[in-house]
Amino acid sequence: MSEACYTRKDLCSDQEVKWCPGCGDYVILASLQQAIVNTGKKKEDIVCVSGIGCSSRLPYYMDTYGFHTIHGRAPSIASGVKLSNPNLSVWVITGDGDGLSIGGNHFIHAMRRNINMNVLLFNNQIYGLTKGQYSPTSEQGKVTKSSPYGSLDRTFRPGILALGSGCTFLAKALDSDPKGMTEVMTAADLHRGTSFIEVYQNCVIFNDKAHDHYANRATRADTTLMVEHGKPMIFGKEKNKGIRLNGLKLEVVELGDKYQESDLLVHDKHNEALAYMLVDASQPPHFPMVLGVLYQKELETYEFMMEEQLKTVKAKKGDGNFKELLYSGETWSVK
Amino acid sequence: MTSSNSIDSVVIRFAGDSGDGMQLTGTQFSNTSAVMGNDIATFPDYPSEIRAPSGTIAGVSGFQVHIGATEIFTPGDEVDMLVAMNPAALKANLHAVKPSGYIVVNIDAFTEKNLEKAKYAVSPLEDGSLQNYRVIQAPITSQTIEALKEVAVDSKTKDRCKNFYALGMTYYFYSRSNDTTIKWIEQKFKNKPDIIKANIAALKAGECFAENTETVISTYTVPVAKIPTGDYRQIDGNTATAWGLIRAAEMAKLPLFLGSYPITPATDILHELAKHKEFGVKTFQAEDEIAGICSAIGAACAGSLAVTTSSGPGMALKTEAIGLAISYELPLVIVNVQRGGPSTGLPTKTEQSDLFQAIWGRNGEAPLVVIAASRPNDCFASAYEAARIALQHMIPVILLTDGYIANGAEPWKIPDVSTQFGPIQHRMIDLEKIDKATFHYMNRDEKTLARPWVVPGMPGLEFRMGGLEKDIKTGCVSTDPRNHELMCHLRQKKVDLVAENIPLQTLEGADSGDLLVVSWGGTYGSCYMAVKKLQAEGKKISHMHLKYLNPMPKNVETILKNFNKIIIPELNLGQLKTVINAKFGVKAKGYNKVQGLPFKISELVEVFNQELIKE
Ligand SMILES: Cc1ncc(C[n+]2csc(CCOP(=O)(O)OP(=O)(O)O)c2C)c(N)n1
Ligand code: SF4
Ligand SMILES: [Mg+2]
Repeated sequence: MSEACYTRKDLCSDQEVKWCPGCGDYVILASLQQAIVNTGKKKEDIVCVSGIGCSSRLPYYMDTYGFHTIHGRAPSIASGVKLSNPNLSVWVITGDGDGLSIGGNHFIHAMRRNINMNVLLFNNQIYGLTKGQYSPTSEQGKVTKSSPYGSLDRTFRPGILALGSGCTFLAKALDSDPKGMTEVMTAADLHRGTSFIEVYQNCVIFNDKAHDHYANRATRADTTLMVEHGKPMIFGKEKNKGIRLNGLKLEVVELGDKYQESDLLVHDKHNEALAYMLVDASQPPHFPMVLGVLYQKELETYEFMMEEQLKTVKAKKGDGNFKELLYSGETWSVK
Repeated sequence: MTSSNSIDSVVIRFAGDSGDGMQLTGTQFSNTSAVMGNDIATFPDYPSEIRAPSGTIAGVSGFQVHIGATEIFTPGDEVDMLVAMNPAALKANLHAVKPSGYIVVNIDAFTEKNLEKAKYAVSPLEDGSLQNYRVIQAPITSQTIEALKEVAVDSKTKDRCKNFYALGMTYYFYSRSNDTTIKWIEQKFKNKPDIIKANIAALKAGECFAENTETVISTYTVPVAKIPTGDYRQIDGNTATAWGLIRAAEMAKLPLFLGSYPITPATDILHELAKHKEFGVKTFQAEDEIAGICSAIGAACAGSLAVTTSSGPGMALKTEAIGLAISYELPLVIVNVQRGGPSTGLPTKTEQSDLFQAIWGRNGEAPLVVIAASRPNDCFASAYEAARIALQHMIPVILLTDGYIANGAEPWKIPDVSTQFGPIQHRMIDLEKIDKATFHYMNRDEKTLARPWVVPGMPGLEFRMGGLEKDIKTGCVSTDPRNHELMCHLRQKKVDLVAENIPLQTLEGADSGDLLVVSWGGTYGSCYMAVKKLQAEGKKISHMHLKYLNPMPKNVETILKNFNKIIIPELNLGQLKTVINAKFGVKAKGYNKVQGLPFKISELVEVFNQELIKE
């Protein structure tokens, strides 16, 4: 298959983009288009499937095939698309409410099945489209219109949920870092299996600056850690901080006399236990928000096994013959 | 009706070792049925040698009961259900069981030793020799002992209670009340409270087993008619549905995709389709019914003949997604094997109470096509037809069957597929044949108003679609008030136009007269038989059985208006009656029953007769 040579513009539909000015969704859209330019997949083979929410408007803006579906169900519709035609490149576009609240059941089962598709979760920690209610990723105690005295719900950590459900690719990114986001999206698109990407997205209207304490461009270098497979975990504007394993705990250390680079953890994206620890530890300002490809595992895809089963049965029984089926078992003649 | 809680006719044979108490079990079953108002005929079958060794064929004892609503003169020729307490009982009685009949086996008794005594080289439960029957495997002995764990009787006595366990199962299967038997036990063992406890506990445990395993026992009435020549086979409704879908996909040259979630009594369609990978069928057991239909919608988006199958509660879950399929204008077949409702209702019993839900049960103006199968062997043609309409009109189609036709089996004249059930034209575009410059996915076919089917992978035709209202020309999101009204009319018109592509309604009997019986779905057999009987008596009665419920054939109104009276028997509180009266301004009467049981022929004969007599 020849690779397509697009520019980002080629992937923009003729529809006017209608997110609020300053919404993080714009950058995610642009990064997704850039990632597709990078992987060179053809637009006729690309299908964006979304649920309902501000984030789920994205497919309208992509000059690919796109289905804006119903609230929470995008993973199921996308599964049907991909199983029906495994040659397609499928993106699930979802929000923290869409993917983790109403669609939580489909989300976990999508992770477990490992159908080759990319699940892109826009986490703004709020219900944007319905005007600002707390979501499953909002912090406990959040004051919104539906929680005037503070929300009582505890917070989901999407990465832990995805790992616990058996996902084979986990990445995290910031809307304030299009370059980093494009990199993980590109890697996700190349991964065979279900890729889960959580993007911290700013909703300027209903939850402005919710991620600011780590996503702010000015301070980001000191509050985030971009992991790279095989590289020591170093971060900070001065590249003077790192992560070390102390007993069973991850620990932030200053590089200097006491600790050198050789004391630091080297990222291993194939280490599942490490991935759990990195998601769990990510609590700025005490510990940097860990971004990049946290986890990846090679595992046969669902659709491949499905096609294999068809082939195996056909090899054994031959192609189906309908008349034979009708006459299978006991038959008799009336004369 | 003195005893509507009964069935037209069913033959049950209990068989076991002479020590297993089969005579007693059979007697109890027939006494209970007699108390419930059935005519009965019984046929005890003792072993010829009183002291024949246990577990051998010579030692098998049987008792056959034929119950019915009409007068019964014989104990029944063919057995509908055989209860076999051990391998010898199975071997000795199998010949009497009709094709596709039910066989309840006590799997605990299928030990190597017992198989040997019955002269089975391989267990018949494993070698496929019972594939033409519906086998219900129950651990009768072990479950009885388990149920009597707390009862203070010795283990030999516990083992002897297993016949009551088997009896309990059959009571549940055929909706028998256990009152008569419990009274009998209490009377018989008056001075032995522990024995009373043990027998009643076993009886109830058997009922629970039958209920918990959601075994559907169909008492579908097979209409008796002259049999045309040809090749025949047995088929049950769910298998026929599955095969109809396979055929449609093959004839449309499309891959078949089923997204489904198990639910009684629809699951066997999933089971059947999962078997046929040689036809390229893809089955996806989703995490729930919503994911079932959504995966099917995804498959339809991508160019498969997509199907989802379910029943009552599962249909309720699919509602929102059906609306999406309507909005997308996708071909989609939705099979609802109806069961008693509301909510979880009566999973193993039949009902026709989802007609309103099928026609109207969605938010917004959301019309779709509804058709219903009339009998087990009609499920094949109905499933093929549902797929044909969906594919030719780019529209979701609900196919209604029900628990009894889905699980009922009857002989089926095998269709000649060289002349019948042929190619299906669908609306997927051929890239070679379109002019990409002028092509648009909202450009409709003049006759059907169907949009063309464009699927991902087709270069240069990329489009976006959502459940938000679409502009009638461009397909882009539109909130324009006029446009929305146009789109609502358009979606309705698409359904109406299906009437141009279905056969005209036919009638059994004269096309005018005193009474018209209108039926739909699984009540076909009993309505047909009842009308036939009255026609033979010279009554001016005709029968119209509707397969197409939305839209209806164009001549239905004319037919209705040619009769003095109309009666619509339904296993619901009058759903088709309401539809027909509202649609055509007629005053049809309903005859309704919601007991989870089919109509008896005798019951309908009486009702129709009274209607004919009434001024
Ligand atoms: C079945 C159903 N229930 C509720 C809604 C209303 N609704 C639409 S979007 C939404 C929440 C969206 O939140 P999220 O997924 O976080 O998306 P965001 O707008 O924040 O991007 C809700 C509750 C709906 N459209 N459908
Ligand atoms: S409401 Fe928030 S999430 Fe929605 S478009 Fe506006 S800024 Fe973005
Ligand atoms: Mg949100």
